[in-house]
Amino acid sequence: MNFDLKKKTRVGESVIQALLFFAGILSVFITLAIVYELGKEALLFFNNPDVTLAKFFGGTIWQPGIGAYGIWALVSATLTTSFIAICISLPLGLAAAVYLSEYASLRARSILKPALEILAGIPTVVYGYFALLFVTPVLQNIFGNENIQVYNMLSAGLVMGIMILPLISSMSEDALSAAPRALREAAYALGATKVETSLQVVLPAALSGIGAALIVGISRAVGETMIVAVASGAGPNFTFNPLQAAETMTGHIARISGGDLSYNSIDYTSLFSIALMLFLVTLALNLISQWVVNRFRERYE
Amino acid sequence: MNQKTDSFPEGSDFYSALKKRYRVASIWQILFLSALFVAMISLTALLYNVMDGAFGYIAYEYKNDPSEFTFTPVNELSKEELLTILQNNLSAGAYKKLDAEQAMPTRSQADLMNLFLERLLQIDTKQTWSMTESILQGNEIRQEAKTNYPEARIEFRSWLTPQFLVSSLSSRAEFAGVRTAVLGSLWLVGIAIAFALPIGTGAAIYLQEYAPKNWFTAIIQTNLNNLAGVPSIVYGMLGLAVFVRLLEPFTSGGIFGLTDANGRTVLSAGLTMGILVLPLIIINAQEAIKAVPDSLRQASFGVGATRWQTVWYHVLPNALPGILTGSILALSRALGETAPLIVVGASTFISVDPDGPFSKFTALPIQIYQWTTRAQSEFHAVAASGIIVLLVLLLTLNASAILLRNRFQRKL
Repeated sequence: MNFDLKKKTRVGESVIQALLFFAGILSVFITLAIVYELGKEALLFFNNPDVTLAKFFGGTIWQPGIGAYGIWALVSATLTTSFIAICISLPLGLAAAVYLSEYASLRARSILKPALEILAGIPTVVYGYFALLFVTPVLQNIFGNENIQVYNMLSAGLVMGIMILPLISSMSEDALSAAPRALREAAYALGATKVETSLQVVLPAALSGIGAALIVGISRAVGETMIVAVASGAGPNFTFNPLQAAETMTGHIARISGGDLSYNSIDYTSLFSIALMLFLVTLALNLISQWVVNRFRERYE
Repeated sequence: MNQKTDSFPEGSDFYSALKKRYRVASIWQILFLSALFVAMISLTALLYNVMDGAFGYIAYEYKNDPSEFTFTPVNELSKEELLTILQNNLSAGAYKKLDAEQAMPTRSQADLMNLFLERLLQIDTKQTWSMTESILQGNEIRQEAKTNYPEARIEFRSWLTPQFLVSSLSSRAEFAGVRTAVLGSLWLVGIAIAFALPIGTGAAIYLQEYAPKNWFTAIIQTNLNNLAGVPSIVYGMLGLAVFVRLLEPFTSGGIFGLTDANGRTVLSAGLTMGILVLPLIIINAQEAIKAVPDSLRQASFGVGATRWQTVWYHVLPNALPGILTGSILALSRALGETAPLIVVGASTFISVDPDGPFSKFTALPIQIYQWTTRAQSEFHAVAASGIIVLLVLLLTLNASAILLRNRFQRKL
């Protein structure tokens, strides 16, 4: 008897494999498409003789209609709201993570974790409603109506902090639970209390993972749109005062593109330059955080 | 060792130091717990804030007195009475137009009542109050309303009614509903999932079962993780450039013979949303495929199955619940996402239901955004009701995902 042991060529298999391959590399094309489309329109914007890089990165007034292209008018608000958000979400998220990973009983975890997940699953436009119609009135009571504007960066930043809290807490918790048990046992054996173990032994061991959480949190805050579009103000304003109204990069894109926009206007192309900047900043932040996480995995596995 | 003894307390010093350490420990523990407490309070405040807005006193006036039309109290009018009133008092043209939209006798009592209020009595809302105010200061509110608006009637109104669910959008808050927006959202999510689920599953199968372990696969993987972190508004810009503008002949239905539309259709928005959730679906599906035990694959290869036969008959059926769970979660993300829709150009006001992939549309989150940013408080009440509808939809989706997950876990 003769067996032909050579691999048969099966047309069906090859076709399916090719289809799967295309599905697999589609995501690469999406990234390329983002870079190409944003880059193309942004290039049109920068090719405009009126726009110079010095004006773009040096100016503090953003009004493409009258030839003012200072991106700082928008960046200042993005920085302010993101900073407030991180100031809220980092300490709270970290404390929540330490409690969930080091202290909480199984029963407590089974109640607290889903609640945090609900917080993470609420659409951002709902957070916007909350910021404008709950947090802003509360802030107006605290600071007085004349000191704080109806639209202000503080309320947007605070609510954004609450929105990012579950993200930071779940990433930090993963990092904390990945710290080897032996570290904790060694600390207890030396007579350390639970807090001393958590803060002085486990936390430093998980620091890179927490750093990654922080970076992802920043990237989320920078890219967040609806909360700032609703609560932070509708007009570029170069200020770092959180009690004032100012428009972030994302909020500006949302407001301008919401109306009818003609395709070849300077307004249209300028939006793509802002979006390209947003994309590059968040891309860099995400890459850094992945690099940090990978390094940290290598150490313990 | 001995040189250090002065820094290490002994005897009673030791115990006082220990006490101090325990005190510090309990303070820290309280701090940790209070962080979670803050999160819970915020969640409660948010949900309460929404409920608070959706119910409450409302002071309104009728431009025309009800006694001009009928002697029955407005609230007790039957369907037949309403029909006769409308027939007698609306101009013939207006009645014909309404009848053409939907035959008048087939309309519900609530619908006719709304027409009566809107067209004939011409209800005019003067002021609204939140639920808490209404419950705690009911008498003061009634007093205040009487002095400020002597003509006004005041009543406790629930903005979230069955009528709210089935009415189309309206420029008047009192008659606004979410049907158009909910249908738009469903079309949108449907198109997104029809696009992203097959491609996402295929990509996950390729990456887990076929892809060689080399630098190219590593790039795809890194790229996926990055795409999952790209701000949603950037996807909106991509959708605007590619689907709305570049592919306009396709997304507007132009090549299928439709002439009146531009690229700002539910198809463009659905594809944009599909691209947005694609990385999430791929990553979730990869996890589900990873969880299928290797012994299954080896057994299948051992009896001579090809790679695709192994995937199709053994890996996929076992990974399916996980893939579906991930897809439902991606779906709920798409349902709540607002920013890309604004950029891609969901209509802010449209009262016609979407009837195909090439129709103009609006979506629930867009309407919530629109209503929230209006200055009049009655629109905030409508926004709150819209949010409740959205949250209930999301809750249903997530609950079904959890059910699916639990069932899956029990099986393994």
